Formats: sequence, C-alpha cells, structure tokens
Amino acid sequence: MTVYAIQRKAQNIRESIIKMLLEAKSGHPAGSLGMADIFATLYFRILKHKPKDPDWEKRDRLILSCGHIVPVWYATLAEAGYFPKTRLSKLRSLDSGLEGHCLKNSVPGIENTAGPLGQGLSQAVGRGLAAKMKKEDQQIYCITSDGEQQEGQTWEAYMFAAKNQLANITFILDRNNIQIDGLTEEVMPLEPLRAKYEAFGLHVLETDGHNIKGIIDACEEARAIYEKPVMIIAHTIPGKGVDFMEFEPEWHGKSPNAEEAKRALKQLRDLEGRIQND
Amino acid sequence: MTNETIQPRDGFGHALLRLGALNKDVVVLSGDLKESTRCLAFAEAYPERFIEVGVAEQNMMGIASGLADEGFIPFVTSFAVFSPGRNWDQLRVSVCYGNTNVKIIGSHAGLSAGPDGATHQALEDIAITRVLPNLTVLAPADANEVHQATLAAAKITGPVYIRFNRSEELVVTKPTEKFTIGKAKEIQDGRDVAVLTTGSMLGLAKKAVEKMSKKASIALIHHPSIKPIDTKSIIEAARKTKSLVTVEEAQLNGGFGSAVLEVISDKSMARVQRVGVKDSFGQSGKPDELREKYHIAQKDIEAAILQALIKK
Repeated sequence: MTVYAIQRKAQNIRESIIKMLLEAKSGHPAGSLGMADIFATLYFRILKHKPKDPDWEKRDRLILSCGHIVPVWYATLAEAGYFPKTRLSKLRSLDSGLEGHCLKNSVPGIENTAGPLGQGLSQAVGRGLAAKMKKEDQQIYCITSDGEQQEGQTWEAYMFAAKNQLANITFILDRNNIQIDGLTEEVMPLEPLRAKYEAFGLHVLETDGHNIKGIIDACEEARAIYEKPVMIIAHTIPGKGVDFMEFEPEWHGKSPNAEEAKRALKQLRDLEGRIQND
Repeated sequence: MTNETIQPRDGFGHALLRLGALNKDVVVLSGDLKESTRCLAFAEAYPERFIEVGVAEQNMMGIASGLADEGFIPFVTSFAVFSPGRNWDQLRVSVCYGNTNVKIIGSHAGLSAGPDGATHQALEDIAITRVLPNLTVLAPADANEVHQATLAAAKITGPVYIRFNRSEELVVTKPTEKFTIGKAKEIQDGRDVAVLTTGSMLGLAKKAVEKMSKKASIALIHHPSIKPIDTKSIIEAARKTKSLVTVEEAQLNGGFGSAVLEVISDKSMARVQRVGVKDSFGQSGKPDELREKYHIAQKDIEAAILQALIKK
C-alpha cells in the first residue's frame, strides 16, 4: 500500500477511535490517536498477516504491552477486515469482546492479554524465543509505551532478549512524553532512553511516529538486523490529529463528550483534506 | 507405613525428567534456582529446552505465557515465595486471565525453607492462588505424589500451580497410586471425626490419626487438589462424622481449611477444627522445630482431633 493510502487508513482509524470512545464514555484517546499512524503502517504495509485467517501460523505477531491503547488496535483490525467496523461501537460494553484492555482472542486478531504495564514485553520475548526454538521466521512486534518503561519488568525483558539474541523482536516505543500524572520527565525521568537501551544490548532506531515513510524504513531496517533485538523509538504526539487533545496529559484516560467528539471528527476530516492537498 | 522419608522436591525432579522424554513440548524455566528446585537433571538432559531467566520472576512468568501461546508446555520453577509470591500479577494477567497453558512450580512450600527464615517460607501461596479463576491448585504430600501431580498437570490444558516441600517428609502414597485432579484420597475410613489434610502434612496427620484411633473411629482423607476441591468428599465426610479437622502447612486465613469451610458453609453440617499457621510469620529454625513453634506438629493435630471429639 502506498504512503498516501496508509495515511488515509490512519485517518479512518482515528475517526473510529473518536466514535468508539464517545459511545463507550471511557477509554484512552491520547495514546490511541498518537499510535494510529504506526498501527496503520504495520497492518497495511509491514506485517505478514491474513485478516480472514487470524491464527495463520506463519503470521507476524503483534503484541500490545500498553493494553490501555487497545482502541487503536480494535479500530485497525476492523479497518483491515478482521471483523466488521459496526462492532466497534460496542467498545467496553458487556459481552462485546471489546474489553477495556486487551484480552487474547476476545475478538479476532487480538494476540495477547495486557493491562498492568510491563507484561506484554515479557510475553513478546516468550514469543520470540518460541520462534527461535522452532526455527520459524516470523517477526514479533511489541508496542510499548514510555510510561511503561518505569516498570522494572520491561528491563528484565530487554536483558533476556539481548542475552538470547532475539533479533526476531522489534520493540516499538510510543515516546509521547506523557503519562497519567503529567510529563514522564517530571513524574519519573526516563532519559537518556537511547543510551539505556543500547546499554541493555538493544539495537536502537528512531523515527517520527507520524511519518509513514520513516516508520516503514525503521521497520525494514529492524528486519535486516540479525544480531540483536531492535528498539524503534517512535516520537509521537499524544492525541495526534485533534488539536485540543495534543500534548495534554488530561486526555490520557478521558473520553470526549458529544460536542468534543464533533469538533474532533471535523478536524480529522479537515486533516484528511490537508493530506489530499499535500 | 514405613518411616522412609524423601524430599518431595525430588519427586518433581524425576517427573520432569520423565516428561522431557515423553513430551517434546515441555520446556522448563528457572530463576537462578535449578538445583534447589530439582530442575538440574532436566537442564542437563535437555539443555535446548531449559531456559535460564536469571533472578527475574515477573519476566519468567511472562515469557512462559508467550511460549505457551506458541504451543509449548512451560514449567515455571522457583521457590513458592517468589513464584507465585513475587509474580502474582503476571500469573493473574499473563497466565490465568487468558487461560494460558503454563505450569507453576512452587518449591520450599510451607515452613520447609526452615533456616532461611520467614522471607523464604511460603505460607500465603494457597490463599493467593486459589482465588484465581482458571487456575488449578495442587498440594501433593510426598515425593511419589509430587511425581504423579506433575505428570497430571502436564496432561491437562490450562494453568496449574503445584506447591511442595523441600523438607524430608514421610512417604505415605505409593508410586503407582492413581492421581486425579479434583479428587480426594481416603486413606482411612472412620465415623467419629474426619481429618482432612493437604500437602506434606499428610505424614504427621497419619501418625496422629493412628495414635488417636485407639480412642475413637477416625477417618483420614487427603486433599492434594485444593482447586478444584473435592466437594463431594468433604460433604460426605461432614455428613458422616459431623466433625472435621483440617490440617495444612499454610496460613489459616484463606488456606485449605478455609476452602473446606466454604464448601460446608451453607450446610452447617459439621464443626470444623483447623490446624495451620495462625496469622503469623515464621522465623529461622529447623522445619520440625518450626512446626512445633507454630502449632502444626503431630501433637497439635492430636489436640485438634481431641477437641473435635469433645465438642461433638
């Protein structure tokens, strides 16, 4: 798929996220919107996968460690045809399968269970180790948030991945600088992140998390590295695409009301116009 | 019963070696404790299926979850205080919530870590595991039964926690005895009092019951399966004797005795005396001394049986 077509997909995903969160009256918009470009790029360009055969053994695995941004995953899966988009309106409602944090197999395409931070990284490492032991060549993509790096378990996972040279794992860090209580560097400073990852034995790449071409290049470069697991630090804007949500920690875990959703959708559609004009 | 004693953990080591030969999907993870938990023989026989995780129990549980999702049958091995003690959240979310096929092995259960002191004595593991949906919780008594329980755990799909002791324990069960998850074993029939045991307390309970059997007719029923618990056996014993004694090497709060009370709570069919650790941490000492100190020794079981007879 072309860069332009992926951008269009990302905009559709953002619109779905706003609509879902409005219906659900709860959820996490900032991280979900901020990761729409990366999810669109992964599902429409990078991942080997079959939406009609979610258990296809040779598929690449996507593991979401920061389970609270699962709306972007649901919206992307629906966009890719794993299940009908009409189902998205049931986010967080009883018996919908669209759980507030991801639950393995609760809807087609959801690969793992996460919520309490740090856990998906270890699961991804287990997947990578399994593929290595079975001599299978699928790639494991693990999405992790920056606030999550404050959990000790993340560093346990990196140490193990580096020790075992799990080059089949690509970690993608959503570096959006916010967490619930404010800015990461104020709540609990993470920098220098690149140096920390390198010290832990990861190969580090960086990209603008909204530049589709940059994301593609980073993912392709990551696949070409055979000695080390790779960390792509993706610099993102929380709430990307909706100006009153961008960079605002208060939108980490608050859903928009009807008026805010209307404004957000209008902006996203205008943005689509801008993409076309670009 | 002979007076032969073996460390229950040795039963696990032998079972693991056998599983290694039986099933190529079985993999073993260790958190820097492969000798203590008796994984060493497996590690030497099947190095390609032995995974050293280092001192990182949370990561170990998550890695096991990922391995299980790709079709392996991972055994997560450590001391019970560390796993499921240190990594309970990972057990809950990464393993139990998704009903993932991971086997969790908690060695050095109860007071059996002895001289290492309270930090290493797992008295709360029964309480924190039996509340988890999808999880099977087993507390086999001796080396033979640990062996059987390990094989049984590998046969079912879904998460299983097995706790066992490092201390020398009497061998009560036979190597060939059938082990069925969810089933209690009647060791001895009786009509006045029924003594219900779990884990390595079976040996001491058997001695106590033998002694007290001169005074009354006492049943001895062993419950190696704490979850699912053998509800039918408990209700039958309660109806028959109207007086139960539960015996465990764990905190009474939330433990095996509590599970028995839950079964008969709405039926008010029997009085229950519970033997276990009463809301207290342990300390350094030999396992036998600790059992005396914290009132779970043979004489304490005898005293509870006497109370059960008097209060009937």
